[in-house]
Amino acid sequence: MAARRYSIWSLIRNALAYHEGWARAWRAPEPKPAYDAIIIGGGGHGLATAYYLARDHGIANVAVLEKGWLGGGNTGRNTVTIRSNYLRDPSIRFYEHARRLYEEMSQELNFNVMFSRRGQIDLIQTWAKLRDARRRSLSMALVDAEYEIITPEEVKRRVPLVEIDPTARLPILAATWHPGAGIARHDAVAWGYARQADAAGVDIIQNCEVTGIRRDGGRVTGVETTRGPIAAPRIGVAVAGHAGVVAAMAGLRLPIETVPLQAFVSEPLKPVLDVILNCPALHVYLAQTDKGELIIGGAADGYTSYAQRGGLHVIEQSVATLIELMPRLKRVKMLRQWAGMIDLTYDTSPIISATPVDGLYLNVGWGSGGFKAIPASGEGFAHLLATGRPSPLIQPFGLDRFAQGRLVLETAGASNRE
Amino acid sequence: MLLIPCPFCGLRNEEEFTSGSEADRHRPADPIALDDQAWVAHLFERANPKGAVREWWWHGRGCRLWFVLERDTVTNAIKVVP
Repeated sequence: MAARRYSIWSLIRNALAYHEGWARAWRAPEPKPAYDAIIIGGGGHGLATAYYLARDHGIANVAVLEKGWLGGGNTGRNTVTIRSNYLRDPSIRFYEHARRLYEEMSQELNFNVMFSRRGQIDLIQTWAKLRDARRRSLSMALVDAEYEIITPEEVKRRVPLVEIDPTARLPILAATWHPGAGIARHDAVAWGYARQADAAGVDIIQNCEVTGIRRDGGRVTGVETTRGPIAAPRIGVAVAGHAGVVAAMAGLRLPIETVPLQAFVSEPLKPVLDVILNCPALHVYLAQTDKGELIIGGAADGYTSYAQRGGLHVIEQSVATLIELMPRLKRVKMLRQWAGMIDLTYDTSPIISATPVDGLYLNVGWGSGGFKAIPASGEGFAHLLATGRPSPLIQPFGLDRFAQGRLVLETAGASNRE
Repeated sequence: MLLIPCPFCGLRNEEEFTSGSEADRHRPADPIALDDQAWVAHLFERANPKGAVREWWWHGRGCRLWFVLERDTVTNAIKVVP
């Protein structure tokens, strides 16, 4: 069953019929007793995986199990930044591929994900960071990802809000310009993938929490859920904030710690900022949404937690540095604050991998940077689930890298600045 | 914001402390005998429990004492370990 196409014509047709004819974007099926594959986690990564399993590998007898509602976990709690200015070659290749998939996502999914190519400015306030930026711009040039160094005056011209006072505590020495970066509507990404996966025949089952993973002699046979047992020979774990808990159901320990990362938004303002502005030295980054809110992220809290809330002093720190950088925002009121739990791996790169348990695959450990990876992660994880082998793009992110000493040490996340 | 009971200073603000991650992880007694997987288990893997965790804290902006606490990672309730 193909999803009914959204277009200007469907909009006009439905407008003339008082908008009473819109079909549901996806079904709410009862779980079947068995599937060819089960994906645990109905966020962006899980839904994208289901979509690419159906599109690229013809495997549509798939269930996506979500304990809450679609995109209600970290897909709904991030700061929607999409960029590829990473440090290591495998990361740059992977995230640049994801970024390019984002650019065509609305067409691909026939769903407006509101991708908006803003460009990102990273402010450089230490000499070490300037050297790092030079190195990064050269590494990125190798995969045709644009990343150039600009002057403080150029920053001031593009973002008049920023103070470039050379007598400041940490004067801005230079900045980098990453024109490919953008933002997108986070819910729409989950919904777009859900709608197309559902149309291809995937069962998306919400309010269905996995409580156990069934094994028989070292391989998986299915899962226990709050809606009864479901059998499948292949299980993909695409959860965030609970990777360790789900892995423990199969007797695995992961190189992951779960910590809170907070973000907050301001009251809506007139347009003041048309780029994503990142300030690694002061631990703050922000962008302005289409609604006019400034969406602001800071540093991660300093200890493990599953509480989905963080310490107020962390936000206080972010706000203080924000005002130091942009004194004119002093009187702006903040509207909402929230925290997501991020699964931080030892090297802060993700784990997309087979495991010692046959048929159990992991797509976890995205830390602070999962949203930007969704399309490439789904594509790569679908390949892994379908063939049992990693695609070249995700191969460096296997679980075996820890034993082999092939760590992909990243420094580009919100969780590990400076 | 946590109020952390330092054994020496009493209840102090979280900002004075640094988390030292899970306690009860000990360097293997005979490192030569370990294979790669055992090293991975020691160096990288964590229990990362949802619930009670015993962990190190360092009162770095205070008396500089290292000590072990038991904390619930869901409620953040802290129990002092004697």
